[in-house]
Amino acid sequence: MPDTRRLWPLSLAAATTVTALGAGIAPLRRALHAREGGLRPSEFPGGPEDIWVGQVPGVEAVELPPELAGFACRNNRLAEMALLSDGFAEAVAAAAARHGAERIAVVLGTSTAGIEETEQAYRRRDAAGTLPASFNYAGSHDLQSLPSYVRTRLGLRGPAFAVSTACTSGARSMLEAASLIAAGLADAVVAGGVDSLCRLTLHGFSSLELLSRGRPSRPCAADRDGISIGEAAGLVLLTRPEHAPPGSPLLLGAGASSDGHHMSSPHPEGLGAVSAMRAALTAAGLTPGEVDYVNLHGTGTRANDAMEDRAVHHLFGDGVPCSSTKGWTGHALGASGAVEAVIAMLCLEDGLVPGCLGVAERDPAFRSAVAIVNEARPVRRIASNSFGFGGSNCCLLIGQAA
Amino acid sequence: MSCWISGVAVLGAGLPGWAASEPTLAGTAPWNAGDVVLPLPALLPPTERRRTSPAVRLALAVAAEATAGVEDRAALETVFASSNGDGAVVGGILEALHAPGGIALSPTQFHNSVHNSAAGYWHIAVGSTAPSVSLGGHDGSFGAGLLAAVMAVVARGSSVLLCAYDLPLPSPLAAVRPTGPGFAAALVLRPEPVAEAMAALSLRHVAEPAPAAPPGDALDLLAGGNPAARALPLLRAMAARRAARIDLPLTANSHLALELAPC
Repeated sequence: MPDTRRLWPLSLAAATTVTALGAGIAPLRRALHAREGGLRPSEFPGGPEDIWVGQVPGVEAVELPPELAGFACRNNRLAEMALLSDGFAEAVAAAAARHGAERIAVVLGTSTAGIEETEQAYRRRDAAGTLPASFNYAGSHDLQSLPSYVRTRLGLRGPAFAVSTACTSGARSMLEAASLIAAGLADAVVAGGVDSLCRLTLHGFSSLELLSRGRPSRPCAADRDGISIGEAAGLVLLTRPEHAPPGSPLLLGAGASSDGHHMSSPHPEGLGAVSAMRAALTAAGLTPGEVDYVNLHGTGTRANDAMEDRAVHHLFGDGVPCSSTKGWTGHALGASGAVEAVIAMLCLEDGLVPGCLGVAERDPAFRSAVAIVNEARPVRRIASNSFGFGGSNCCLLIGQAA
Repeated sequence: MSCWISGVAVLGAGLPGWAASEPTLAGTAPWNAGDVVLPLPALLPPTERRRTSPAVRLALAVAAEATAGVEDRAALETVFASSNGDGAVVGGILEALHAPGGIALSPTQFHNSVHNSAAGYWHIAVGSTAPSVSLGGHDGSFGAGLLAAVMAVVARGSSVLLCAYDLPLPSPLAAVRPTGPGFAAALVLRPEPVAEAMAALSLRHVAEPAPAAPPGDALDLLAGGNPAARALPLLRAMAARRAARIDLPLTANSHLALELAPC
């Protein structure tokens, strides 16, 4: 089987994101440079009080094409916003014209898909407890709703499935995408993730006492007190480098691991995080010293950030700057890994290390090189971490074109 | 794309484990409908064991059976595939979110609601730090899981445990997503023809709907009612130790063409 076993590198031939900063990469880029975050006091109906969230402006007003009305839900509206941003749908169409629609796969991560639609349907149950007839389970609640919507909307006919590994979903989709291409089942893959605000996640994280209260989340800060939940879409088009526009950034490798430790608490020493980062470095054929910046999972909880600091310091020492960008976007859960892959792409392009936002004093116990102000410096290769419930870990290595 | 199947398990109505079900699956014994008995996961510590949900018990039962006696069990990558996930837990949270007396969610229920909770418990149970992915694919969930598992074997040279499981959803979701009796299947897939290999499996993706299947028997009806039970044609061919070509639906307009050759 000539060539088909080669996994890495792949090209990020196209990319887009929709975050609390707005639709497309441009508003996020502007905000990162200006150090203006997208978190606001939550007005999400029926959500917990006294929290801040990264809500995408205008998502409620998005209309899906009439023939796809059965897919209507907050999550697919976010996906639709992303497809219309940064020329993403056009780039996929060009890939489909080149390779054939049956050779373009869709592998997308989400933790809750359209469950916000289900929540609304629950509120409208009749006296017997029956859900309203208008509720479309497969088009909204079901995980496959997201890849199905994107695949149908883009007229693709390749394999499609949903990855749902909690907060690593968006990153982990790219490892599956790479395997599809290496195995010869696809020439290009639409990968990434979409997750949307819903009461289930807001109240769920609240019940675990993991939400930042009264202020926006402050990852790596001495006084950090938790997560601000965000919603977002992050989409990438992965192809072999020879099929991508010249100069496209590269997905140099990806690595994954399990903690095998606890369902919601990370391994205290970050063993799973270390092995995922190490696996990504091995996949990319890189040493830690060849990485210029680590984009942390950095949720802003006491436990995650402390664990991640130990893991990053173990591999990278104190010589590689690292930071979390969740102070801008909030923690977009199953989309976060994909959003942060897009952030990595723009950091490569702009030579930017975005220091953690809103951090007056970094945690004095931390030993890794946490940045809390923006630094302009050459950035050629970035490690991007994602960790999730169930002990799921994933690390992506993203670099400039060779 | 080829790999070798070196372990297998099943749990469903009238199918209480692989060894007990082999004659039924091979067609040499009749199938009798019965309750799906979900054992407590013996591999988990007792405190964790009792708190597991039916979906986790179902998934871990077949994962344990397919890997019983496998020396490198903790080194296997895992693929968990399910359409409905832990519907009882998600349904319970949806009820709690709309409780008239105010919202009080259980933190344990919330972290158990993630789609990868069965995978998380499995890796805790066997002390595995190997990579794991959890997938959904509606009616094509088993196909998605098989595709991802075979890809991991072929593209990454990994040995993989595939675990597909689905239970009916609680009311009122059950009415909008009817699902037949609980079913789970697991396979251990290898990149080499190891000594224990039972069959070679290859697959390709076909961008056409799966051909309409001829009217079938009771097991075909079982297969049609539960996304995980779409493993049945493959399991039946394995039990009968016969070569088979199987069209496994993936999406509404595409399928996987499987070829199975007994070793």
